[in-house]
Amino acid sequence: MSDHITEIVIFTALFLLVSGMGFVASRWRAPQDMAHLDEWGLGGRSFGGWITWFLVGGDLYTAYTFVAVPALMFGAGAAGFFAVPYTVIIYPLFFLILIRLWSVSHRHGFVTPADFVRTRFGSPTLALVVAITGIVATMPYIALQLIGIEAVLKTMGVTGESALARHLPIIIAFAILAAYTYQSGLRAPALIAFVKDTMIYIVILVAVLWLPYKLGGWNAIFDAADAKFQASPAPNDGILLNANNQVQYFTLALGSALALFLYPHSITGVLASRNRGVIKRNMSALPAYSLLLGLIALLGYMAIAAGVKPLPGAKPGSVDSNTVVPILFDQQFPAWFTGVAFAAIGIGALVPAAIMSIAAANLFTRNIYKEYLRKDATHAQEASVAKITSLVVKIGAVACIVFLDPQFSIDLQLIGGVIILQTAPAVVLGLYTRWLHRGALVAGWAAGMGLGFWMLWQIPNVATGRKHFGGSAFPLSEFGFDSTKTIYVGFVAVLVNALVAVLVTLALRAAKVAEGVDGTQPDDYLADEGDPRIERERAGTVDNISST
Amino acid sequence: MAEPERPRTDRSPWNWLLLVPIVVPLLTFLYNHDEPRIAGFPLFYWLQLSFILLGVGTTTLVYQMTKRGRS
Repeated sequence: MSDHITEIVIFTALFLLVSGMGFVASRWRAPQDMAHLDEWGLGGRSFGGWITWFLVGGDLYTAYTFVAVPALMFGAGAAGFFAVPYTVIIYPLFFLILIRLWSVSHRHGFVTPADFVRTRFGSPTLALVVAITGIVATMPYIALQLIGIEAVLKTMGVTGESALARHLPIIIAFAILAAYTYQSGLRAPALIAFVKDTMIYIVILVAVLWLPYKLGGWNAIFDAADAKFQASPAPNDGILLNANNQVQYFTLALGSALALFLYPHSITGVLASRNRGVIKRNMSALPAYSLLLGLIALLGYMAIAAGVKPLPGAKPGSVDSNTVVPILFDQQFPAWFTGVAFAAIGIGALVPAAIMSIAAANLFTRNIYKEYLRKDATHAQEASVAKITSLVVKIGAVACIVFLDPQFSIDLQLIGGVIILQTAPAVVLGLYTRWLHRGALVAGWAAGMGLGFWMLWQIPNVATGRKHFGGSAFPLSEFGFDSTKTIYVGFVAVLVNALVAVLVTLALRAAKVAEGVDGTQPDDYLADEGDPRIERERAGTVDNISST
Repeated sequence: MAEPERPRTDRSPWNWLLLVPIVVPLLTFLYNHDEPRIAGFPLFYWLQLSFILLGVGTTTLVYQMTKRGRS
């Protein structure tokens, strides 16, 4: 531990600095009334281009990305680079789909995707399904942020013998995070995101310029990686894809992109922006992060060229490949710069963790508390329930890390991606058409979930010797195809989900089952800031308040 | 002020162009090669990184072309 004093001091100082910002954020951009879910949970729906850029970027590219994607490149090679096409195709998809969600949410005051589904299909049940799926998928994602911080702390030697001592720094970090999220809501991560992303940009640019110079150039780096994969017995690694994992590669990229914007936290970031123009402009500016991600991914190869050996994992004999990037920095940079880099990763965990817990809290408040527990809840009650829920969610995430094997969180995240995809027919198709029947959407969701779980259960992990949930690449031979190719589980599950939804729609319509009322109008999907109807309603609300 | 509201639409033929940056990065046969290398980067890596520019270019173009005509 004494070897890392400089790193620890810089890490702690920067960490405390941004925590201070988190608390101050409640007064930033003068909220009218913090006791309202729009203010606490969506920052007053007032964010302009720059804030949205940092907020959504800070939200989608998390600490876990920074440690896990290079770790995957380090271990498997080209297959890990799927993160680049995945983050390229997200933005045109966002452009086509989320813009409509923003408009209809702006018009009706929706805070969550489940709010939209509730009104669009007139179905509280379908909304509940979407909300629960969102909360369940978000929890392990928050836990993964902790794994990101943990990888850094481990490298600095801040670990103890007992379970409690080992996790104490994370518990403290999360207690601080919980306190300022409680106080400032979405404004806290929005403000901190500026610092976080600036630090990450600096660190990565220095790393990708300096490390290749030190390691003998990009040619040498790729050749070192190639030599490692040639020598390894694993069938699917290499600096290029092979015949078997190409289908997996593009279905994973496509499936992950679809899943990403169904995650409640990405939607929260988008709904907080001021108008349609802000979102559209951001969709062409956000890919700057994709370039960053591609460069970060290549840190995995630099670690190979630098001869990095990952630290041992929780179980004897295993290695924690998430420590690859922290160790690379530790070996190659002076201590003070390593401290800055580690702080960037650590703070990089806080921004998304805060947004995710806010998104989960919004879902619980709007689609469970208000829908089922207290229908006449006031805005102030909604806001306070959301604040408390955000605390509970974070305690749950910490408990996941302290009491469960971290590997388990990674498995849960894998499942999370597959299950969140099952809300795609209701949310994505729902934005364009109301043809699908609400009952059929529930049936499709159930079919997709069942199939997804069954497929994940079948996949062993050869490297760790576990029999189930070993990855997301499902061998096509299991479906009876004469092939050694693999495909992404979520992709298959959502296709089946959509197919079932179509078939059941036809059946329910033939049986003349009631379809529910659509509370939206075609024009709602195009509404923008300053829409005259919204202004009228807002004026009406003010009258109500002043008369009571 | 008293102008009749004409039905708004976000339909535009330009939107079809967005399919290009969605589909191209998924075509693995385009980039799954080592040669030619640029600055030491195998084709697999530099071509996929350049798809980012394709994405930025297309979304910017579509944004600019669909912005006009709507206030």
